[in-house]
Amino acid sequence: MNTELPPPDRNPASARVRQIVEAGLVRRYRRERRFRAYGLLSVVSGVLFLGFLLTTIVLNGYSAFRQTKLQLDLDLDPVVLGLGDGADSGALASADYQAVVKAGLGRLFPQVVDRKERRELNALASASAGYTLRDMVVAHPDLVGRRITAWLPADDKVDMLFKGRVGRGSDAGGQLNQAQFAWVDELIADGRVALRFNTAFFTNGDSREPEMAGIWGATKGSFFMLMVTLVLSFPLGVAAAIYLEEFAPRNRWVDFIEVNINNLAAVPSIVFGLLGLAVFINFFGMPRSAPLVGGLVLSLMTLPVIIIASRAALRAVPPSVREAALGIGSSPMQMVFHHVLPLAMPGMLTGAIIGMARALGESAPLLMVGMVAFIVDVPSTPLDPATVLPVQIYLWADSPERAFAERTSAAILVLLGFLLVMNMAAVWLRSRFERHW
Amino acid sequence: MASRISTTTDAAAFVAPAGGGEPGTVGDIHASDPVITVRGGNVHYGETHALKNVSLDIGRNEVVALIGPSGCGKSTFIRCLNRMNDTIDGARVTGEFRLDGQDIYAPEMDVVMLRTRVGMVFQKPNPFAKSIYENVAYGPRIHGLARSRSELDDIVYGSLKRAGLLDEVKDRLDRPGTGLSGGQQQRLCIARAIAVNPEVILMDEPCSALDPIATARIEDLIDELSQNYAIAIVTHSMQQAARVSRRVAYFHLGMLVEVGATDKIFTNPSHRLTEDYVTGRFG
Repeated sequence: MNTELPPPDRNPASARVRQIVEAGLVRRYRRERRFRAYGLLSVVSGVLFLGFLLTTIVLNGYSAFRQTKLQLDLDLDPVVLGLGDGADSGALASADYQAVVKAGLGRLFPQVVDRKERRELNALASASAGYTLRDMVVAHPDLVGRRITAWLPADDKVDMLFKGRVGRGSDAGGQLNQAQFAWVDELIADGRVALRFNTAFFTNGDSREPEMAGIWGATKGSFFMLMVTLVLSFPLGVAAAIYLEEFAPRNRWVDFIEVNINNLAAVPSIVFGLLGLAVFINFFGMPRSAPLVGGLVLSLMTLPVIIIASRAALRAVPPSVREAALGIGSSPMQMVFHHVLPLAMPGMLTGAIIGMARALGESAPLLMVGMVAFIVDVPSTPLDPATVLPVQIYLWADSPERAFAERTSAAILVLLGFLLVMNMAAVWLRSRFERHW
Repeated sequence: MASRISTTTDAAAFVAPAGGGEPGTVGDIHASDPVITVRGGNVHYGETHALKNVSLDIGRNEVVALIGPSGCGKSTFIRCLNRMNDTIDGARVTGEFRLDGQDIYAPEMDVVMLRTRVGMVFQKPNPFAKSIYENVAYGPRIHGLARSRSELDDIVYGSLKRAGLLDEVKDRLDRPGTGLSGGQQQRLCIARAIAVNPEVILMDEPCSALDPIATARIEDLIDELSQNYAIAIVTHSMQQAARVSRRVAYFHLGMLVEVGATDKIFTNPSHRLTEDYVTGRFG
């Protein structure tokens, strides 16, 4: 047999191969470029959609962080306030401050005498203007009997007009009439109308009046609920994953449990709400609408997610780590807690944060336990009735007042900010625990 | 145990008696001052019979090399000695394994205690994902061997010195153990094993992942360590077995074929299978 091969260009078989490959190369490179273009297109369109979404929300909502205020000269006449001599703090708190506000407005427009017109004039100031004034006087009781100038919140319709969110000629019901437009213009010309930071948005609970509505109640409700969920589902989930992965025998019962856990992760969330209603509220008699119950329901929902993520993280730790620990004489618990768990912690934390973020955005299961409701008071404990941020957004989106539209977007921004903070916390925690084997 | 010159070449015909008593091994399985004695050791992984009726002694201050082709049961054998086979699902161990006369597999024997007396160094270096100091201090700490920080320091520095690693790492003891080179990591694992003062050190091909220089350093180390500990080393390299050990045990297909002094095994083996292996005819 001839052991010497002829040079390649004189070997007809390989020349043929070269021809075929070359012909196909053009098509292959074209396919490659097309595929890359598809990839780029998907990424770009995803980014564009996200950008569009965020831009819309920001444009709609940024103005809600400032509130229109009216500068009024007020005469804190004790007679108007209805205070006698030697008024104590209780009397101060329940005095008629709205009357002082109305008097202040009346002084600016003395030509308005008709009763109906007076009512329309008074409607320019918010119903909460009186409460703002009250807080001022209760803090400084020596103001009684003096004349002061104060910036008080305007009504939400004035707010929308000043921010340019509504036109003047709109026939949408509930708008200001022509006389009110004229008064507002005059106030603006006098420099008595300005935008100030909307602290009420961050400190108040929900309200029927948009200028008084705030997200603090919903934020505290969300916070309590997340705390309950985290405290219950993270330790339980991690412990269950450790047991199933490291200690449980491999038999049919354990397989059965595994299958059920995987299925639970896919159950629609409202089913958990029904469970919460039946077990926690009806059977155990827990308080309705409480973040505690909401947290219990959501921790049931988050538990399978955390268990699955934690098991995957544990499985990713190489067996050599376990052998090294056992070989030196560690007990199984020491092996898991001193060696395997620290290495699996980043994955477990990621699973926990994903679970928490999902829980933060859920509203359907809370429907059944009463947290989808108009709740005015800010909760002080997890047992007080409360609502959560996503529910608050939904309720405001449903409201007819134009001012609620911008507050809905602002609340969405707050919720997104919440999620961003949680994600950054997760990234920081991961980097702290990151260890390499 | 009388020596027998056996001429069988067929391993399948090399069957130990069913009673599990007298092995068919050639050579003297006994050691003069045994720290570990094994009689009739059998291991089944599910259906597979991985270790067949092995009996062997390991002497107190000697180095025994276990050689043989891949899959012949050497690693299985030493993993029985510190009960690491317990971690494998479906592994079944029968027979008599004794450490200083105590049955290793008795229910009263505490596995954690056993593993402090019989340490192990693995094929691929596996230091903990902790600092160098913590790697060595972990064992003494969990077993409560040191009453104060200074005692712990003594143990750690002593172990690192005996493992020949102290000079190289003494100024970076708080750096992670995984940041060292392969040879240094393996010496760290040896330091970790000797920090708890075992009686026996089992080494499962400790140098197979290392370069020749690191290998030479560890072989010197084994020589020094054998003055204080019994060492059983599994190795694929016959040259290594010849260099470090005093006794050699040759395994084949799960059976202990021959055991004897290193010189004799390599220059004048009695069994035909042993001779084929050491002369390189197979394996």
